[in-house]
Amino acid sequence: MQYNDVPNFLPALPEIFMSVICMVLLIFGVFKGNKSTYLISWLVILSLFLTSLFCILGPKDEIIFSNIFIVDDFSIFSKVLIIIGAIAALAMSLSYIRNEGMEKFEYPILIMLSTLGMMMMVSANDLISLYVGLELQSLALYVLAAFKRDTLKSSEAGLKYFVLGALSSGMLLYGASLIYGFSGTTNFETIQAMFDSNNEPSLGIIVGIVFIISAMAFKVSAVPFHMWTPDVYEGSTTSVTAFLSMAPKVAAMALFIRLVYVPFYGLVPEWQQVVILISAASMVIGSLAAIRQTNIKRLMAYSSIGHMGFALLGLSAGTQQGVESVLIYMFIYLFMNIGVFVVILSMRVNGVMVENINDLSGLGKNNPFLAIIFGILMFSLAGIPPLAGFFGKFYVFLAAVDSGLYILCVIGVISSVIGAFYYLRIVKIMYFDDPVDIFEKPNSASMISLLSISGIFTIFFIVAPTPLISWAHHAASSIIQ
Amino acid sequence: MEIGITHYLSVGAILFTIGVFGIFLNKKNVIIILMSIELILLAVNINLIGFSAHLGDLTGQVFAMFVLTVAAAEAAIGLAILVIYFRNRGNIDVENLNIMKG
Repeated sequence: MQYNDVPNFLPALPEIFMSVICMVLLIFGVFKGNKSTYLISWLVILSLFLTSLFCILGPKDEIIFSNIFIVDDFSIFSKVLIIIGAIAALAMSLSYIRNEGMEKFEYPILIMLSTLGMMMMVSANDLISLYVGLELQSLALYVLAAFKRDTLKSSEAGLKYFVLGALSSGMLLYGASLIYGFSGTTNFETIQAMFDSNNEPSLGIIVGIVFIISAMAFKVSAVPFHMWTPDVYEGSTTSVTAFLSMAPKVAAMALFIRLVYVPFYGLVPEWQQVVILISAASMVIGSLAAIRQTNIKRLMAYSSIGHMGFALLGLSAGTQQGVESVLIYMFIYLFMNIGVFVVILSMRVNGVMVENINDLSGLGKNNPFLAIIFGILMFSLAGIPPLAGFFGKFYVFLAAVDSGLYILCVIGVISSVIGAFYYLRIVKIMYFDDPVDIFEKPNSASMISLLSISGIFTIFFIVAPTPLISWAHHAASSIIQ
Repeated sequence: MEIGITHYLSVGAILFTIGVFGIFLNKKNVIIILMSIELILLAVNINLIGFSAHLGDLTGQVFAMFVLTVAAAEAAIGLAILVIYFRNRGNIDVENLNIMKG
């Protein structure tokens, strides 16, 4: 074997590093037992941090391993965002898993494995590597959803997530097989080049695209494939819900963007109508169905369905500006969610977790710090101007208006107004209802600092939005040729 | 009659449809859902192999090997989750999967 036959491993260094660390920590955990969970969690956080440094400092604009693995600005942006989500979810669950008696060393390792899967899938440049990365993250997430295995709710959530997730993988595969059969290749760039030359795609390709978009709608929990989201969010333990609502959403949306903008970029009119439909349906259902919820985790599930609708609004624009706006939206959404889930994880009364929205009543008097940040995050999620959430919505609407999607924008604005009702209802319950229970103060430093980071980002995003916008611009311009 | 790509695709499409309907119409047993999922994945494999032979291209067969491997892992995890569900619930009827709804 000659020297130049050795593939270039360097661009995949973050993923290789992570998989090695996963296996080392797994063996370490087997020998040390569950008492090493705390140590392993911090080691996982440290290695995730190192991985993000490798991503930022490593080589870019390279396609390796026979064109199946791509590293560009877009994948680096998504990977850093995914890692931020994973680190935040792990850091906020440290004290929670100890209090709930689910201190098992597999927990941080499963989070790291699914993060690895997400990083593989946002770097995929081939239908096969896409499928393998997607399954790595999904299989780890099924186990995480059922992680509190002695409770009925958690195991039911795991079972539902598994069945519907496996169905969506099946649909993705069926679509992929049709794309392969009718285009003769699984490589994204070759598929794209095909549609540049002849503009009339065959029926098999169209059916394949619809199947793949349906599967991606499952993964980002967009209507009409959202049924699993409320049940899985409610049933899983809260720390897993926090993770589910952050990193996998970003990864699935990034994969969605790469799929429709790289292999199917020549077919914008074909996929655009499907994305417009699921975007409108998600925004409307997300805001209407959340109104009658009483469980805060279910409410956040419908809230995430609505937010995915807004992100898809930017995606349906079909332009580079649209991609840029989706990336900005996901960044802001992730940072708002960090704070929201720190507050939900702090809802403990006398050592027992409470999940009812009415349990928040009187929080403004009992714990002013928690209440003020939670209130600000609710205003931000509703999209009230000076806060970060407003800018997320602003950029997606701008991109959609520039592409002439006026009706979709009107639907978006109306559902945003309806959605503001249930966010503001939480603020009203916190400040104007009589106090019932007093939450235990979140005592861990990691939770307080995550809450502060999220609050500061949300309030002060307006001061310096330029770095994020220019970063998203670079990322978006790297996938659109 | 010669067996061509159309026949393979028809078998694949029929198996896929049976699998999807098996998930949604079945009211009895979760094991049947797991079998339906396997059916869906095998339908995809028939498609991939059929296309691979038709196009004279090996990628489809490589893809099918990956699908087989992942399907085995998926079935293992599905059964493990089903076992812990059974321990908590005492049965695995689909109609009892309703602790959470709304």
